[in-house]
Amino acid sequence: MTDPSTNQMADRSELISFRIGAQEFCVDIMSVREIRGWAPATPLPQSPGFIRGVINLRGAVLPIVDLAARLGLPVTEPTARHVIIVARIGTQVVGLLVDAVCDILTVTKDTLQPTPDVACDMTKAFVKGLLAIDGRMISLISLNDVLPDAELEAA
Amino acid sequence: MDPLAAIKVTFFQECEEQLAELESGLLVMQDGAHDDEMINALFRAVHSIKGGAGTFGLEALVRFAHVFETVLDEMRSGKLPVDANVVAIMLRAADMLADHVRAARDDGSADEERSRAIAGELANLCGISADGPEETVEEIEGLDFVPVAFAFDDAPPPAPLPEPVMDLPEPEPEGPPRETWTIIFKPRAALYASGNETAFLLRELQRLGDMDVTVQASGLPLLQDMDPEEGYLVWTVTLQTAAEETAIREVFEFVDGDCDIEVKSARADASAALDVHALIAMATAASGPAAEAPAMAMPAPAPAIAPAAPEADNSDLMEIIKFIDDAKAAVAADEKGEPLAPPPSSDAGIPAAKAQAAAGGAAAAQAGSGGQPPAGQTIRVDLERVDRLIDLVGELVINQAMLAQRVAECGLARSSSVAIGLDDLEHLTREIQDSVMAIRAQPVKSVFQRMPRLVREVAAMVGKQVRLVTEGEGTEVDKTVIERLTDPITHMIRNAIDHGLEKTEDRIARGKPAEGTVRLAALHRSGRIVIEVSDDGAGINRERVKNSAISKGLIPASADLSDEEIDNLIFMPGFSTAATVSDISGRGVGMDVVKRSIQALGGRITIASEPGKGSTFTLSLPLTLAVLDGMVVSVCGQTLVAPLTGVVETLQPKAGDVRSLGPNGTVIQIRETYLPLIDVGVQLGYRDAPLLPTSGVALLVEGEGGARAALLVDTIQGQRQVVIKSLEANYRKVPGIAGATILGDGRVALILDVDSVLSAKVTEPPRNPTVLAAAG
Repeated sequence: MTDPSTNQMADRSELISFRIGAQEFCVDIMSVREIRGWAPATPLPQSPGFIRGVINLRGAVLPIVDLAARLGLPVTEPTARHVIIVARIGTQVVGLLVDAVCDILTVTKDTLQPTPDVACDMTKAFVKGLLAIDGRMISLISLNDVLPDAELEAA
Repeated sequence: MDPLAAIKVTFFQECEEQLAELESGLLVMQDGAHDDEMINALFRAVHSIKGGAGTFGLEALVRFAHVFETVLDEMRSGKLPVDANVVAIMLRAADMLADHVRAARDDGSADEERSRAIAGELANLCGISADGPEETVEEIEGLDFVPVAFAFDDAPPPAPLPEPVMDLPEPEPEGPPRETWTIIFKPRAALYASGNETAFLLRELQRLGDMDVTVQASGLPLLQDMDPEEGYLVWTVTLQTAAEETAIREVFEFVDGDCDIEVKSARADASAALDVHALIAMATAASGPAAEAPAMAMPAPAPAIAPAAPEADNSDLMEIIKFIDDAKAAVAADEKGEPLAPPPSSDAGIPAAKAQAAAGGAAAAQAGSGGQPPAGQTIRVDLERVDRLIDLVGELVINQAMLAQRVAECGLARSSSVAIGLDDLEHLTREIQDSVMAIRAQPVKSVFQRMPRLVREVAAMVGKQVRLVTEGEGTEVDKTVIERLTDPITHMIRNAIDHGLEKTEDRIARGKPAEGTVRLAALHRSGRIVIEVSDDGAGINRERVKNSAISKGLIPASADLSDEEIDNLIFMPGFSTAATVSDISGRGVGMDVVKRSIQALGGRITIASEPGKGSTFTLSLPLTLAVLDGMVVSVCGQTLVAPLTGVVETLQPKAGDVRSLGPNGTVIQIRETYLPLIDVGVQLGYRDAPLLPTSGVALLVEGEGGARAALLVDTIQGQRQVVIKSLEANYRKVPGIAGATILGDGRVALILDVDSVLSAKVTEPPRNPTVLAAAG
């Protein structure tokens, strides 16, 4: 698998876009391993609110991040129609709970606009830039900081 | 990893195997049994290590291995008798060799002083019984194997030396009588092809004395007819030296068979002619015992032929030389463990012998390996790949169970073809699961074979005679368990020798054999592996153990303990019978550490001791760390697994037994003691208000170091084996949780970390309430 960063460096990159509430977001398609339906997760004690718990992904224990809660939006009430995007972050594999997957976008680097200075700190930490496609505004998300920082939490 | 480093890794892996073979062979020899095949195997093991080490330029290792190899060679040729003393020195040498290998691997350095001392001992063995004066200690130590570096590219073979004549400086004349030798050296193409260089050989010869070299280029064809890879040049060397002919032959040892070489002495030229037939008889006699005789013995008979050779018919001479070369090649092949030509019978003519050599190769090879069962073929596989396979098979089992469940829900008859097919699938998945788990299983031999060395070292340190008996080395257990067994077993064996066995004079006084026995055994018992370490020593001195425990304040002086309870005192942290502190054991880290590490593996340790007869420690461990015996419980609708090793008992709390202590602490009375009652649901943040104790079930658990508490859960679902999955792989460590597992319905259940739950303050609220709504 190609390293996601090299894909970003290329002129054209493919992104997968998804919906949380009324907003649309996207991530680099190279970090996405698979997309599956919502399955009940086993809650983890003493975890941040955006960690929905863990599920069984073919024998591996996969933590589920409620991306809405992580971005500071209202906590998701998952139903069977919700979707888990299984993404690789570094050496770890994480499930991202989102409302629905929309599209696969092919964009060039220059279409990415910087994040305007209106967003709250938490949003700014994850949104790397904005894309305007067919009148829709799509926020490009960086997955690197989605999981809680172990050292910070332990301190 | 660059290719050289990868090869090096393989080399060290192979070294470990060779060392293990060496040690086990020596141990068998120590018991008095030995045969040529075994000595050959030992020689091969040391030889391979030396060879590989030479390639990587590990000089210290090469030097030591060389001395060792030389002694083994003496033994192989029967010059060195195999007795207890020799084997004992060799065992020490094998340990030293292992140290050298490890030092080389870890880029450290071995204990040079010890290495020299042992090398000296080895050399002494050799010096006493070696017949030839050529193998003196100094020479052995001075011998240095210098690896020759050359590129493995497509470069043409090195060109022959350009200068036809070399005038070499004359060394100081020396005491011994010097002789003039004529050496005719005709390299064949194979010599160049195998990367040898004539200049090096000639330079080597030059070290022996005064040398005149002429090259005969008359064999050179015209340029257009010349095969560039063929050897056309012939060197004639006149050498004045005090060295033996053997020494001259040795120079050409490595190119044996790749060149025609003739060595004749000026003195022999003048001597009387020998009958050709006598010559042949000598040649066959010399090569007759070739299969048994060491390579080193071979060059000796050769010169006997060469001096007389000029008198014989030239073609006969070539035949003879070729025959000797063949015989030597056979010996060389034997050294490498390859099939070899059988020794020709002494009265056979040359052609007959040759025919026999060709025909009998296979038979000889068979005879050579007849002593050992054929080794199974193995491959090295990345552990990660195996683990991935195990994960997938685990998932397959769960999927299969779910599928069966769904089919059953459809109301299909059990005799329907779908149900029958599912049954077959179930059998198949179980079989696959068993086979896959067996891949990770390894015999405990890898741990057991480290112990003889430990026993030798500890026995030497405490001055006792100890014999180690091992049983059940082939018992298989998961690799991760094996890796973590070494320390506890090491500790117990040290204890057995240091504390268990009496001093030699005490043993004799009690009518026991002077040599104490420590037994290490492994066996399978009801799905677990049991390891026993026993000694035939004095047994536990219960009086002293009890007094020691009282004096350390571990138990009250008034305590009335059964024999078993006293025996178990030695597992208490901080326990040590002060009188027995020594270099080896009794330094504070004691049996409690052993007990804890065994418990961490999900195992149990028990002790049985009989005064005067000895003690037996029994470890019982799960066959794999990937599987845990757990008690499945429900808390707030969540399924949790408590490791069974920590659960002492379960009970239904009665209202009268539960008391409040402080603002929000609760204790429960169990028989005469009060223990903290911890509500697992509150502890993990599943609920705010504790469950009414009488409506739940309490698990009496014991953590590390013996701390006890009662854990309150809603209900107990049952006991089952669960496969442990890591939370850290994709997330991070969660307080109070040791890991996760996947239940039969495909959902994840968390495994309780009893110690972390016990150590958490009951009053301390969880940092984050757990989101239960997400459970769906």
